[in-house]
Amino acid sequence: MGPRLFPFGVDPIRPEPTTPLTIILDGVPVAGVAGQSVAGVILAGGTLGFRRTSVHGTPRGVFCGIGICYDCLVEVNGRRDVRACQRRATEGDVVTTQHDALPPGGAAA
Amino acid sequence: MNASNIQVLVIGAGPAGLAAARAARARGASVTLLDSSDQLGGQFWRHLPPERPSAEERMLHHGWATFRELSETLEADDGCQIFRGAQVWAIERSPERVDGTAVGLPGAVHVVVGEPDGVGRQRLALRPNAIVLATGAHDRTLPFPGWDLPGVFTGGAAQALAKGERLAVGRRVVVAGAGPFLLPVAAALATTGATVLGVFEANRAAALVRGWLPNPWELVGAANKGTELAGYLAGHLRHRIPYRLGRAVVAAHGSDRVESVTIASVAADWAPIPGTEQRIEVDAVCVSHGFTPRLELAIAAGCALTADRFVKVDDGQGTSVSSVFAAGEITGIGGVDLALAEGRVAGHVAAGGTASDRELRQDRRRRRTFRGFAARLEAAHGIRSGWPGMLTDGTIVCRCEEVSFSALCGAAESTGSRSLRSLKLSTRVGLGICQGRVCGRTVEELLGRRLVGGLGDGVTADRRPIAAPIRLGELAADPVADVATSGVDEFDQRNSESTRGPT
Repeated sequence: MGPRLFPFGVDPIRPEPTTPLTIILDGVPVAGVAGQSVAGVILAGGTLGFRRTSVHGTPRGVFCGIGICYDCLVEVNGRRDVRACQRRATEGDVVTTQHDALPPGGAAA
Repeated sequence: MNASNIQVLVIGAGPAGLAAARAARARGASVTLLDSSDQLGGQFWRHLPPERPSAEERMLHHGWATFRELSETLEADDGCQIFRGAQVWAIERSPERVDGTAVGLPGAVHVVVGEPDGVGRQRLALRPNAIVLATGAHDRTLPFPGWDLPGVFTGGAAQALAKGERLAVGRRVVVAGAGPFLLPVAAALATTGATVLGVFEANRAAALVRGWLPNPWELVGAANKGTELAGYLAGHLRHRIPYRLGRAVVAAHGSDRVESVTIASVAADWAPIPGTEQRIEVDAVCVSHGFTPRLELAIAAGCALTADRFVKVDDGQGTSVSSVFAAGEITGIGGVDLALAEGRVAGHVAAGGTASDRELRQDRRRRRTFRGFAARLEAAHGIRSGWPGMLTDGTIVCRCEEVSFSALCGAAESTGSRSLRSLKLSTRVGLGICQGRVCGRTVEELLGRRLVGGLGDGVTADRRPIAAPIRLGELAADPVADVATSGVDEFDQRNSESTRGPT
C-alpha cells in the first residue's frame, strides 16, 4: 500500500519505456525513473515521512507538492534545504533526510 | 513608443502568462517569460518531462492543444526569451523623479536562475518597460486534527504527481474539501491507478443550487467550462467514484503515516455534526478548500488589492501601478478560460495596445462570462464560517513552527494584543520557512474572530518583502547582466540614470 508509479504497461496514455535511475536515500539505493522529482522517487519507494520536525519530532513528507509548503526539505549531494518536490532526481543523487533540532535551551511548545 | 522597442516581462508561464507572452509578441514587443519551474504550463498544464514521451498525454489534460500551440510558438520565437528555473525573489517599487512623480516604468525585478534551491544560481536584475504578473494561486487547505501526518496531501500535490510523474499518492484515497477542483483531482488519481473511495464536498446541495442556479442563461457563454466539468463527472461515473455533499474529512489518524480518516456530516456553515462520524481506512487523503492567490510580487510592486484580496485591475488588466499588469488567478479564481482571456488582454495592452482595441473584442466578452462563473464558484463552494469546529486544542495550525490552536488562542488572550505582527512574534505562527503561505489566512481568520474588534493593525499575511527564500550567498553575489541574451542586455542598457529606481 502507499504511493506508486503507474506501471507503464497499463497506462492509457501509452508511454514509451522509461529510463531507470537510482538515488541513494540515507545510504539505501532507491529506484526511480528519469525525469522524476526527488520527492516522487522517495514516495514511490514507499517512504512517506522523511523529515522529523524540530519541536515535536513528528514525521513530515510531501504536502503541497508544488513548492509552497517547504515540508519536503532534504539534503541533496551535500546541500541542505532543497525542496524534494521541486528538484529533478539525477542518477546517483545522494539524498539525506534532515532533522533540525532546536538550539539548546530553545523554545518549547 | 514603438511596440518593437517595448520590453515586456511576463512572470509565470501558466495559461495566463503564456497567453500574455503570445499577445505581446503579436503586437511586436520583445518578451521575456520567467517561470520558477523547468517546464512551461504552470500547475494547470503540469506535464511529463521530456524524458518520458507518451502517445496520449493529452488524455490527462483539458486544452492540451492550446498549451502545445502556445508553448511551441513561444519556444520557436526569437523575440521571446524564456527563463526556466527562474525564481523572482524581489521586485522594487516603481522609480520616481526627484519631485516624486512616477516615471511610468516598473521597478527592477530580481531573479535567480538555476536548479530549484540550488547554490550559485545566476542572479539577474531586469528592468522592463512593462510587467505582466501571472503568478497564479496555490491550494488552500484548512487545518484539521492529523493534517500534518505524512499521507495527507493537498489536491494540488496529488494532481502534480499524477500528471507530472504518473505517480498516485496512494492506492486507497479519499478526496475532500470544497470546490470543483476536487473533481479533476479525483480524476487524476483514478487515471493513475488509485482507487478513489469518495469525493467529499463540504457544501450542501442547497448552497450549490444557490450558487449555480440563478440566471442560468449567464452560463451559456461558459459552455466550454461546462464541458470540462462534465468530462470529469463522466470520468467519475466510469471509475464509480462516489460524490458526497455536506461531508468533510474532520480528522486523519495514524502513527507515522495516515492509516484512516474520519468523515462527518457538516452543517451549512461547515461545523461538524456530532454523531455522524464514519471511519474509513485509507493510505492517502487529498484535501483542498479553495485557492490562495500568490500576491507577494504584486504587493511588493505596490499594486492595490480588492476588498476580497485579489489584484485590482482595470479593463486592460492594468494594476494601480503604471505599466504593471496582472492576469489569471491573482485577479480572482476563475479557471483556465478566464486566465487565457485576461492574459491576452494584459499582453496586448502591456505591449502598447488599448483595452478597447477591436482584436480584443472576443476576449473582453469571454472575460465577462467567466468572471460571472467565478462569482458562482465562490457562492457555491466558498469556505463557510463554522469550519473551526473541526479544530481541537492540539491541532497544529502553523505547520512550519508547529503552533497549535490552543497556543495561538492562549497567546491572543494572555497578551490582549490585536496586532497580527506582535502575535506572530509571540507565537512564531506564520514565521516559518513557508512564510505563512499555508497558514497565513487561516491564522488571520482564527485570530480575527477570537479577538474583540478583530485584528487591528491592518497587517495581512500576504506581504513578503523577500518573495521566496534564497540563500545568503546568492543574495551577496552581484547580479549579472552580461548573459548572452538580447532581452537582458537591452534591459540593462535602458537603465540610464534618469530611470534608475531606489536601490
